Amino acid sequence: MASYVQTSQAETLAPPTERYTLLGWVYKHLLSPWYNLVLTLVGGLLLYAIFKPALTWAFTGARWAVIPANLNLLMRGQYPAEEAWRLWAVIFLLALAGGYNWGVWSKTVGPALITAFAIPWLLMLVPWFSWGTRLNLLIVEAVGLVGYALGRITPKQRSQWAVYAFLAYLLAMLLLLRGLQEGHPTLPMVPTRLWGGLLLSLLLAFFGIVFSFPLGVLLALGRTAERMPAIQTISVLYIEFIRGVPLISLLFMSQVMLQLFLPEDFPQIDHMLRALAAITLFSAAYTAENVRGGLQSIPKGQYEAAASVGLNGYQTMRLIILPQALRAVIPVLVGQFIGLFKDTSLVALVGLFDLLGIARVILANPDWLGTQREVYVFIAFLYWIFSYLMSYSSRRVEEALGVGKF
Amino acid sequence: MMRGPRLYIAGLVAAMVIGMIIAACAGAAPTPVGSEEVAAPAPQQETKSTLDIVRERDKLICVGNANLPGFGFLDEQGNFSGFDVDFCRAVAAAIFGDPDKVEIRPTTAKERFTVLQSGEGDVLFRNTTWTMSRDTDLGLNFGPTTFYDGQGIMVRKDSGIQTLEDLNGASICVQTGTTTELNLADQMAARGIPYEPVVFETADEVTTAYEEGRCDAWTTDKSGLVSRQTVLKNPADHVILDVTLSKEPLGPAVRHGDDQWFDLVNWVVYATFLAEEHGITSENVDTFMDSKDPNIRKLLGLEGEFCAKVGLENDCFYNVIKMVGNYEEIYNRNLGPDTIFNLPRGLNSLYTDGGLLYAPPIR
Repeated sequence: MASYVQTSQAETLAPPTERYTLLGWVYKHLLSPWYNLVLTLVGGLLLYAIFKPALTWAFTGARWAVIPANLNLLMRGQYPAEEAWRLWAVIFLLALAGGYNWGVWSKTVGPALITAFAIPWLLMLVPWFSWGTRLNLLIVEAVGLVGYALGRITPKQRSQWAVYAFLAYLLAMLLLLRGLQEGHPTLPMVPTRLWGGLLLSLLLAFFGIVFSFPLGVLLALGRTAERMPAIQTISVLYIEFIRGVPLISLLFMSQVMLQLFLPEDFPQIDHMLRALAAITLFSAAYTAENVRGGLQSIPKGQYEAAASVGLNGYQTMRLIILPQALRAVIPVLVGQFIGLFKDTSLVALVGLFDLLGIARVILANPDWLGTQREVYVFIAFLYWIFSYLMSYSSRRVEEALGVGKF
Repeated sequence: MMRGPRLYIAGLVAAMVIGMIIAACAGAAPTPVGSEEVAAPAPQQETKSTLDIVRERDKLICVGNANLPGFGFLDEQGNFSGFDVDFCRAVAAAIFGDPDKVEIRPTTAKERFTVLQSGEGDVLFRNTTWTMSRDTDLGLNFGPTTFYDGQGIMVRKDSGIQTLEDLNGASICVQTGTTTELNLADQMAARGIPYEPVVFETADEVTTAYEEGRCDAWTTDKSGLVSRQTVLKNPADHVILDVTLSKEPLGPAVRHGDDQWFDLVNWVVYATFLAEEHGITSENVDTFMDSKDPNIRKLLGLEGEFCAKVGLENDCFYNVIKMVGNYEEIYNRNLGPDTIFNLPRGLNSLYTDGGLLYAPPIR
């Protein structure tokens, strides 16, 4: 007797496919209808007109020898060559701490740290690095993996260790970079005036971000604290004053004018520290405004809900409001931090040898007169690598945290 | 409202933390991580002379330039080098007997005087033109000119231009905001020659524009013209006109108020002139130690106590010559025939060779 129920499974059909060949793709996207054809032709001609001279110059006319000859200056400025191992140690430790954080927080900040590990691979492609440098970069990757493994075996309830590791790293880094005192057998002091090149740019950006973020959050809380008019006024005055002056004027004040205001026998303040203070104070005001935007986006119901379960003001902020507010402003904050990284190039104008400053110095070397294009293209490439990876990793973090998805 | 007072307390804590951070930014500054503890050089100090401050610090801080080819730049090993830098080293050699005890504080054209006035630097060697307003208004004393420069004009050889009058109606590339631009306008107005200025922000842009044919001529200090000519595609196709548009005496400067320090810097520079005058170089200086010429004996500290008059040891000028060299050596090392500049001595020759270098005698 025939059954109404089919006993055997029906044959599974492959989903209908649009058969895409390369030619088909080209035809569909570039050549039809007629106006796309015209656009393709015009675009192609434009690209040709732009890239032909650029590539011709890059491969035939450019004197790229200026880069390898001055690579040490570009990377670490006047930092003594015999102490260069300390810089590598700093990078190894960074990889270890970064890998550890990646292992512990693999769900949230992990994706961002994965992209950070792309940097050494990218840098290995720079044709002027020696094999020793490439080997060191490889060690960076290996150390990072070790850190990752350590992070994975750390029990979940010990995840605050990742934060301690990061703080310990900050101390170790400063100790290694600066050294102990003049003439110490293993760690002689390297005064900050010798720090330069990419090293200085990255340090200014790194510490600028690390210091300005908490300061900015506090300022944002201060500005929104309507029950405390004095604090609110101070925060508003600070934010509006800093946002009303250009960064370069703050830098000039700190580098040039500061010494005139101080008492006569006041010790000279370190130049790098002055620049860092100016950058931090400047960036904090902008961070505050961004965070305030996030705070305002939190509906009143959240405060009321927090109060109804018996949280006090501090707990409300820490557990309910700030996590949501900060998550909402990640893209803006990262944009601002990328801006801060690029703004560090302004310190070149007050006599510090950051990446841009050292480039200008190299151009003054009589042996390399007239190589400004080569040098500027190279440092632009370095700035681009770091800026792009910052923005890319922020996008990964946003995805992991589900920003924009409710 | 239960959260009222608690929020208030939280805010208070936040404010205290802000206050502490701000205080830390200001207060922690004197003992920063990564700072170099430098003894305080203070402006216009009556009690301590500049020389004492320099000695206490155990190094000279020289306000310099890191961006001028031939005069001040970093070599590939990261050491400062150049004409102005060599004079800084000469002063350090005179004071410490060690030309390396000098720290160059690189400055921009705008901040150089402030850095000197504020006491952050001890002496300024930064291709600085000695002008009356700088000498008086800024409270500076200018030492002997180490380099006589002057503004010149470069044209293409095939243009046939030979004098300023030939530039009638020509376009001239010039750097904006410099005295160069003003000098050009003054000189052309004085002669009633119409011309078209094409201004750019940096020297690199000016030379690029000139090379691409956007202007018939370009102008800057003659030393700059010579150094840039060497990197044009065909240096031989270009020529620098004989005419000089301005006087640019470049030399050291110190703050008002410490005449002994001023004398010290002056006589270190003069010592390099005198050494060249007597044919004493860093290589042959030791052969002069048994010289009978009283002028040479005084210069080398074998007779009289002249270095003591500026507060130094008796061999101060000997050290300058031995460790840095005489004027000719300094010049040739940085700007002379063996460098890409190959800059003729011109006004920067000894007075005996028709130049302007004339040092008073040591007596």
